Amino acid sequence: MKDQLLTGVFHLLIIALMAGLYFILPEYHSGVLARVMVLAVYAMGYNILFGYTGLLSLGHALFFATGMYGLGLAMQHLDVTPSIGILCGLGAAVVVSAVIGFLALRTTGVAFMIVTLMFAQAGYLIILWLGEYTRGDEGFVIQQSQRVLNGVDLSQPDNRYFAALILFAISLLLIGWVVRSGFGKTLVAIRENEERARMLGYNVHRHKWLAVIISGVLAGAAGAAYALLFGYVGATFATVQYSIFPLLYVLLGGAGTTIGPLIGTVFMYYLIDLSSQITSAYLLIAGVALILLTLFAPQGLAGELRKRVFRWLP
Amino acid sequence: MSDQKKSPLNVTRRTALKTLAAGAGGVAAAGLLPGLGGYSQLHSAEPIKIGFQVHRTGIGAAYGRWYDRTTQACVEKINAAGGINGRMIEIVAEDDGTDPKRGAEVVEKFASQHNCDVSFGTLFSHVVYGSAPRAGELKMPYFVVSEGHHVASGALNRYTLQPGITDVKSQVEAMAPFIAENLGKKVTMIFPDFAFGHDHRDYFSAAFEAKGGTILEKIAIPPTETSFTKYFPKIPRDTEVIYHVMVGPAVLTFVKEMGEFFGPSKPEIFGFIDSLEAVDIASPGLEFLEGTYFWEGNPRYVQEEQSEFDKAYREAVGVDENGASVSDAKDVSTYAHMFGCWETLHIIKRGMEAADYKGPDDRTKLIEAVEAMSDMPHSMEHPQGAKRFNGKTHQTFGHQYISKVTDGKLVLAHTTSIEDTLYEDEVDYTQQSF
Amino acid sequence: MEFGPHFFLASLEGAVNAAVLALMAVGLSIVFGIMRVVNVAHGEFFMLGAVIAWWISTLAGGHPAVGFLFALIAAPLIVGAIAAAADHFVLRRINYDPERTIVATIGLLYVLQQTTLMTFGPEARPVEAPFNKRLALPWFEKTADGFSMYWPWGLSTTSYKLAVIAAAVIILIGLWLFMTRSRIGLIMRATQLDREMALAHGIPVDKVYALVFGLGAGIAALAAVLIVPIQQAHYLMGHDPLLLSFIVVIIGGLGSIPGTIVAAIFIGMSDGIISVFFSPTVAKIIATLLVAFVLIFRPQGLFGKRSA
Repeated sequence: MKDQLLTGVFHLLIIALMAGLYFILPEYHSGVLARVMVLAVYAMGYNILFGYTGLLSLGHALFFATGMYGLGLAMQHLDVTPSIGILCGLGAAVVVSAVIGFLALRTTGVAFMIVTLMFAQAGYLIILWLGEYTRGDEGFVIQQSQRVLNGVDLSQPDNRYFAALILFAISLLLIGWVVRSGFGKTLVAIRENEERARMLGYNVHRHKWLAVIISGVLAGAAGAAYALLFGYVGATFATVQYSIFPLLYVLLGGAGTTIGPLIGTVFMYYLIDLSSQITSAYLLIAGVALILLTLFAPQGLAGELRKRVFRWLP
Repeated sequence: MSDQKKSPLNVTRRTALKTLAAGAGGVAAAGLLPGLGGYSQLHSAEPIKIGFQVHRTGIGAAYGRWYDRTTQACVEKINAAGGINGRMIEIVAEDDGTDPKRGAEVVEKFASQHNCDVSFGTLFSHVVYGSAPRAGELKMPYFVVSEGHHVASGALNRYTLQPGITDVKSQVEAMAPFIAENLGKKVTMIFPDFAFGHDHRDYFSAAFEAKGGTILEKIAIPPTETSFTKYFPKIPRDTEVIYHVMVGPAVLTFVKEMGEFFGPSKPEIFGFIDSLEAVDIASPGLEFLEGTYFWEGNPRYVQEEQSEFDKAYREAVGVDENGASVSDAKDVSTYAHMFGCWETLHIIKRGMEAADYKGPDDRTKLIEAVEAMSDMPHSMEHPQGAKRFNGKTHQTFGHQYISKVTDGKLVLAHTTSIEDTLYEDEVDYTQQSF
Repeated sequence: MEFGPHFFLASLEGAVNAAVLALMAVGLSIVFGIMRVVNVAHGEFFMLGAVIAWWISTLAGGHPAVGFLFALIAAPLIVGAIAAAADHFVLRRINYDPERTIVATIGLLYVLQQTTLMTFGPEARPVEAPFNKRLALPWFEKTADGFSMYWPWGLSTTSYKLAVIAAAVIILIGLWLFMTRSRIGLIMRATQLDREMALAHGIPVDKVYALVFGLGAGIAALAAVLIVPIQQAHYLMGHDPLLLSFIVVIIGGLGSIPGTIVAAIFIGMSDGIISVFFSPTVAKIIATLLVAFVLIFRPQGLFGKRSA
């Protein structure tokens, strides 16, 4: 109970900090943070499955893209309002993650990686194949005039920032609650020793399946938000590269910590952004930084903090 | 590495800091220069900052490299002649990774961090689609050099323009009469299975059928493919003409395997040079292309009747008579596309002069000035040929070139008129508010 | 083209794919099997092999075969040395932790890719095949008076493509002999079976790991040298082969070299053959889902043993 409280307070502080940053940071950086928060939600979803349950998926771009296209196609071709669009995106993410989770969870370990990778690859190809509706790799634009959610114009910087913050806040509080709940503790038990969790009478398969769905829906929510806030839907978001990003964010920030995904996303974003300013060889810098991090901060940034300073970090 | 910059007698604190900063950049020093290249301290006025969104990495990198060279050469020329309204151009280049997400971020960076006046660049149309919404929201004029049909189709916004390069729809439609009259009436199309390929498929087949031809088969190749022979048996035996267009790193494999498939009994072949852009026609395995035709945006090889403009442009960018870099004959340019950077920069210049552009507050005046443009004569500003800009659709139209491979070189066989490339307007951006 | 010749041609193309894929995947499989790590940079070692082949062939001049043969020897050695160095300076220091290895090799991937972009450039560059004769192939058709032979339009391959298949078979046999008959191979397999035991018996496990990592990378580079006269060298070319060989290793069953080879043939051939029946992109979708479902119904891979 005390744990729950501490976690809640900590998360509220983080959310307050993010809200305050909007008023301090120059325009460019608050714009970046809006983006980063949405991507962090994607990484937080990934973290539920990878950091807490111990399942490494290489196909999360599919869930992100499902949310994105669920919203985008509904708004583009059915002329629905953004709120209905969000529901379409989330609904699609629930269905797709439930089906893929059900199938892929017949496997574990590396086979799970490949099965998720293959489903995501098939999803990417299907987007191209349905080019008549999706415009394939080019994708399509959601016009500024359509992106008004209940009277709030999401293309305005302040509205966009706080919309991203609301999504981020809901996800963070939800995850904080989940990982401190009995359900979350069971997930960790499964990660640590699946056999033992089974012996203790937990329905391991059902727990894992729910973890995939929560994870997929958060990824889908991030995808839908991305389309709505930034006005573009495209197939690149379904490529393998975008499945690897959340893995990187989580590993860098600290797997199995609630703020790790945010830290990892911020870190990776600015690593690329700042280094690309000074050199076109920014990937070289990014590569070296990744190698150095694995050498000197193996638990990820938040993980190291937890290990060395704040042992209570959720 | 910063030795040459040190002059021990008058190291002010400022220069020392600069040197330190350059040192901190380490390997990065070379990357710093493009941003500062055009700026000369002789001119007291603030430079005009043009954000240059460039494919430095990703599948567009071969194009990006030449877009960069053309841009640098053009800026050097404009600045040497006094800049724009007496102000020098400063190019702020950022890599978009040939990725729509990064493209949008780069546009944001131009607008709110670098305080650029306008942004320009980029070829791959998915990057344009990803970036244009942000450019519109940030009220940042966005001049693209992409040859996609995105601008003219009405999918984008008033801040996005394509005045320096023609779009795929007009290119493709202008090819139909030539193919029908000279090569054959039964065509099989091979194209990449994504939007750019679908534009070819849809606009060409419609135009070609209007000329009385038939499309026997449409073979869409998945974009990740690296081997192609297995798809060629889908070509019907009675095909008279193969129409091919391919993009990406595997283009050479594609063309080579097509030659191996047909062997001695090949049909007529008509390709878009995109299938071999930045690739040497003399590469091993391409001998079979002798006698086949290519669309070229701008003839790669120096033609017999070379214009003085092409000559000077070629020299300024550093391209030899075979379309390769003057310093490395194996470094073949993207000659059919990169002229668009040169022409676009000149249009920005002319637009800024017409609008008496002073700063970001005059951005809408700049767009209106460009929208007011129409005919542009073949000149040093437009070395590829005359253009006709349509202010309503934000799209330019121009001559298209068809070349025949003769003795291993591309020799101009036909030039279309501008009228051949026109089609009905699909949008009127001037009706949209800023 | 009629069905018969079409099917034959697609199978031939599939066989070339399968041959190169088998090599590439065996390289990954050895690393995976012995060191238990996922090497995400494996595709970049493949790419480096192709780039070095281009570099050597331009330096060599003369008949294309000269540069090619030289590249065939030098490229795997250079790439193997780079990989062994990466093992020594990075992987060894993070104790081959599976997750950290993924991040570190992603970092390595960026470094190799960017360095290649800066030195070699963004273009796709061709390497001339040492020999490349187009071979028209015959087919049989049933006519009123029995079977007769004819030469269908377009049914052909090249002498070089056939040579690639042959070379891959020879290299794989050589590798199998090396792993099963040589002393070093024996030591490697001992390390695979039980690392602690190997250490206790005085096997320098660190050196074995560096060797294994280098060997895996060298085989990838060798595969690249073989394929580069067909598909040019390009700095992003490692991406697809990495994914495919990764898939092959898992489908084959972890650490099983025969399984890896069978899976490479299965994946390489199915890609070609499925394309006969469907439109190209649909064929790719089906081939991709096929892999997923094979694993769903046989999670341990074709030749793997079911764990616990």
